[in-house]
Amino acid sequence: MSRFVLVDANNFYVSCERVFNPKLMGRPVVVLSNNDGCAVARSQEAKVLGIKMGVPWFQVQPLAKKHDIIALSSNYALYADMSNRMMTLLGQFAPKQEVYSIDECFLSLDGLNVDLVAYGQKIRQRIGQWIGLPVCVGIGPTKTLAKLANYIAKKQLQWQGVCDLSVLPESVLNHLLAEIEVGEVWGVGRRTQEKLTGMGIHTALAFKQADATFIGHHFSIMMQRTVLELRGVSSLQLESVVPARKQIMCSRSFGMPVIQLADLQQAVISYVTRAAEKLRAQSLLAGAVHVHIRTNPHRQKEAQYSQGMTVTLMEACCDTLKLVQASLWGLQRIYRPGYRYSKAGVILMELMPKGLKQMALFTDRNYAVNKDVRPLMQTVDRINQRMGKDTVFLAGAGIAKSWQMKRKNKSPCYTTEWNELVIVHAK
Amino acid sequence: MKQSNWGGQRIGAGRKRAAEPTVTVRVPVSSKEAIVKLVQQLKASPSVSFPAWLKPLQLVEQPTSQFIPCMSYSVRAGFPSPADDYIEKRIDLNEELIKHREATFFLRVRGHSMIEAGIDDGDELIVDRAITPEHNRIVVAAVDGELTVKRFYQRHGVVKLLAENPEYPDIEFKAGQEMVIWGVVIRIIKSV
Repeated sequence: MSRFVLVDANNFYVSCERVFNPKLMGRPVVVLSNNDGCAVARSQEAKVLGIKMGVPWFQVQPLAKKHDIIALSSNYALYADMSNRMMTLLGQFAPKQEVYSIDECFLSLDGLNVDLVAYGQKIRQRIGQWIGLPVCVGIGPTKTLAKLANYIAKKQLQWQGVCDLSVLPESVLNHLLAEIEVGEVWGVGRRTQEKLTGMGIHTALAFKQADATFIGHHFSIMMQRTVLELRGVSSLQLESVVPARKQIMCSRSFGMPVIQLADLQQAVISYVTRAAEKLRAQSLLAGAVHVHIRTNPHRQKEAQYSQGMTVTLMEACCDTLKLVQASLWGLQRIYRPGYRYSKAGVILMELMPKGLKQMALFTDRNYAVNKDVRPLMQTVDRINQRMGKDTVFLAGAGIAKSWQMKRKNKSPCYTTEWNELVIVHAK
Repeated sequence: MKQSNWGGQRIGAGRKRAAEPTVTVRVPVSSKEAIVKLVQQLKASPSVSFPAWLKPLQLVEQPTSQFIPCMSYSVRAGFPSPADDYIEKRIDLNEELIKHREATFFLRVRGHSMIEAGIDDGDELIVDRAITPEHNRIVVAAVDGELTVKRFYQRHGVVKLLAENPEYPDIEFKAGQEMVIWGVVIRIIKSV
């Protein structure tokens, strides 16, 4: 029998913040989305107070004031580093690993002859001590059951963070499943849940006992597989090979509506700069740039406009200047005056490894070599790595950046910026 | 008997054999004339050469940067440098100082309570969370919502955090009071 393990960090963003700021321990804390819009992570204390996932922050302001809830802007540099540390450690626990999201991964323990619950506790202990994050471990004969086991480990404290469904007798397992809403089953979205409820299937148990062919007929082959997986028939395998990146995207909402082309240009130049840095860090070249802008779709009273354009480069490159040129050319063509823009973004596409570059048919090679900008880009990247982000930047990206997104309450990049290290007191 | 001149092998008769196996290539009927003509032209013309600046469809190797020990003298056959055998990787502080990459963090000190342990205001500490704190080691602890650096004292059931400066008090813990050791200090980084 296969045994799958799902390890998932509890309230990941909040937990990351707590590692470096012990003041947040035991207090209600939420982390807000970009532009401080919605709550995207909540501590247990905040959940208890009734802060729902994704709730717009201004709506719960009175509640937050009353209970002294701490709201932090999201600090993705920190979360990404903590996630990398966690995934590397978890990878050492199993021959196969599938990183499923920033805070959860599947492990396959096939061929390992160990007491799984004890093993799960060891994983919890290791992640807790080494990087300070609380995690829960779910174990099951299928991925879907492992996911559900993780849910149970999180909700029911008596499991002490590790729940193994693969050793439970059928009757006990069914008893547990009867308590869980069908919407909590992996892959069952809100609309599927509504449809299932309409058919009288309310719980995970009812779903498990439903006619699989019937479900396949009314929903999809994926849902049919989910039913089988709930019965312990493994039909989803670990996907341990991460597909190579096909695109690099940088897209952000503005702190306030932007009307002028000049401001949009600043934003696009900044985003291209960021994306090109990532491109070079992975030794890739981009063959095309997509640039898009849009107004705020939530403000239905305002005139709406949304447009994008892909600009193909004559020759793939990783040169910020050329990529900026191409994207500004595209922006110029999609920009329409008179709208209040809320978001812009760029996507670098047709990525390829450096060595595979194909020259354009009529490139003068000598000319290309003389105009090689790689040393310049390398130097800029090095300066910015050593002296801090944006020490050197294109003037076109602007200095005041009035359009920049709001992150009023962002914690320092404790682990990725030398100038923002955690302070330890000696007093 | 006189041999007849008639009959027998005729040179050049029969199925033509090529020097190697052949393949048939299908081309669109409409293009047949043009293709045959082109092939004949190419056969007749001298071999094609491109101008020096035009290198169509060429793959350009652009190796990624790597730290490779590099010799600045030219190598002559017969006279290998006596140093060749000794080329080694440069010292990498990350490798030397950090044993548990995932569990290691850098922290910056603020305050003077540890000066006699050589820890000054503004120093950076390398902290390894994978090491189990033991009596007498310098640790980072979370006390009253703050991270603090102290010497860890644990003897006969008594747990204390000792300052290394007579002007600062030690922190003692009573039953029920909570103190969490955050990590163990393994190095101090100083600017001089």
